[in-house]
Amino acid sequence: MTLTQSDIDVEINDAQNAYDKAVAGGAPVQHHPPRDYAPYRSSVLRHPKQPLVAVNSGDPETVELSGPVFGPTDITEIDNDLTVQHQGEPLGERITVSGRLLDREGRPVRGQLIELWQANASGRYAHLRDQHPAPLDPNFTGVGRTLTDDQGRYFFRTIKPGAYPWRNHTNAWRPAHIHFSMFGTAFTQRLVTQMYFPNDPLFPYDPILRSVTDESARNRLVAQYNHDLSQPEFSLGYEWDIVLDGPSATWIEEGR
Amino acid sequence: MTENTTGQVLPTPSHTVGPFYGYALPFPEGEQVAPKGHPDQITLHGYVLDGEGKPIPDAILEFWQAAPDGSLKGAPGSLRRNPVTGGYLGRNGTDFTGFGRVATDADGHYALYTLPPGNAGLPYISVCVFARGLLHHLYTRAYLADGADPLLDSLPDGRRATLVAQPGERRTYRFDIRLQGEGETVFLEFP
Ligand SMILES: [Fe+3]
Repeated sequence: MTLTQSDIDVEINDAQNAYDKAVAGGAPVQHHPPRDYAPYRSSVLRHPKQPLVAVNSGDPETVELSGPVFGPTDITEIDNDLTVQHQGEPLGERITVSGRLLDREGRPVRGQLIELWQANASGRYAHLRDQHPAPLDPNFTGVGRTLTDDQGRYFFRTIKPGAYPWRNHTNAWRPAHIHFSMFGTAFTQRLVTQMYFPNDPLFPYDPILRSVTDESARNRLVAQYNHDLSQPEFSLGYEWDIVLDGPSATWIEEGR
Repeated sequence: MTENTTGQVLPTPSHTVGPFYGYALPFPEGEQVAPKGHPDQITLHGYVLDGEGKPIPDAILEFWQAAPDGSLKGAPGSLRRNPVTGGYLGRNGTDFTGFGRVATDADGHYALYTLPPGNAGLPYISVCVFARGLLHHLYTRAYLADGADPLLDSLPDGRRATLVAQPGERRTYRFDIRLQGEGETVFLEFP
């Protein structure tokens, strides 16, 4: 049986209504998607059915409360500019994406690695398994990395990615997005996520975005257009702050 | 960014790593945490399996552990880059970064080459699992020995074994990760 968008819409709306009702009844807000979210078909056989086991994170010897460190040797100076990594200029709309990396206390996370990857302006990844018949761009790979500065700030220059089709159901399209990977000061703060662009008409249809059933949490995945970040005659600016979840040893030292 | 009533800021939601991270996240020598040729090198390896017991060929695993002397400070240089060519230089061959990153192969298999962790208590390597279809990463631990341990001792008998890697020949340890179903691996949260 072919699965249509309207089949998926029914499932998305059921999950949304169930969540909204639970929260209205006093259930806690869920900031992250559930691992079992049937409208995203790939999650069906890939989520644990047993509850997670809590580790006592009051013990400073818990290995996960520390984490890997990165330094200037782990990046090159142009790694955060995806428009200059080839001989020619990539096609598409030049953008800058900038913001701060913060912990749950709102403190900057300094000197940590941010990696990103994305499709090109036509919605095609430079990945062999992406066979979407949109053109590859010989001047765009779509991979970048940077370290956050002393204020926890990061900055990338890139191309606005295109939407692309996928095989979750018939006529499934992912809204334009950039994949992000972040490290904090603890392994427990690890985050991989996706950043979206404001006012994308595909938002309501996308089971991956809609897996975040809390509306305000979902909105935190959408960057804001920031005219002050736009560069005259050159690029449009987007601002996106990232907040890492999870405990770290510094919280314990400060008596949390 | 939104603040809640306790002054905490609200976290950015997690999303799946998707199917196309393969040209972005893996890097040469991601699996070679031990300096090459180190006589104490151990191999941690196994399969990542789904709810039907099928191997997952598009998972990516990250590993974090104490150095052999117990230090949790780590070191930069896991993905050392070449400022001339823009490619990867590989690790410097002396520093122990404590961090590894390995994508599963077409058989769903991974292998990590590292040094024995010297953390307090039973030695273990922390594992973080990402995959297409996994909306939020999962943490687990590969213990390299069995014995008294607050986490292991809190688990029912049938589940404890899922966290204990099985020693094999030539300093290898087998550690399979089952995301769902029979023999489902114990996954952890850190509240
Ligand atoms: Fe994508």
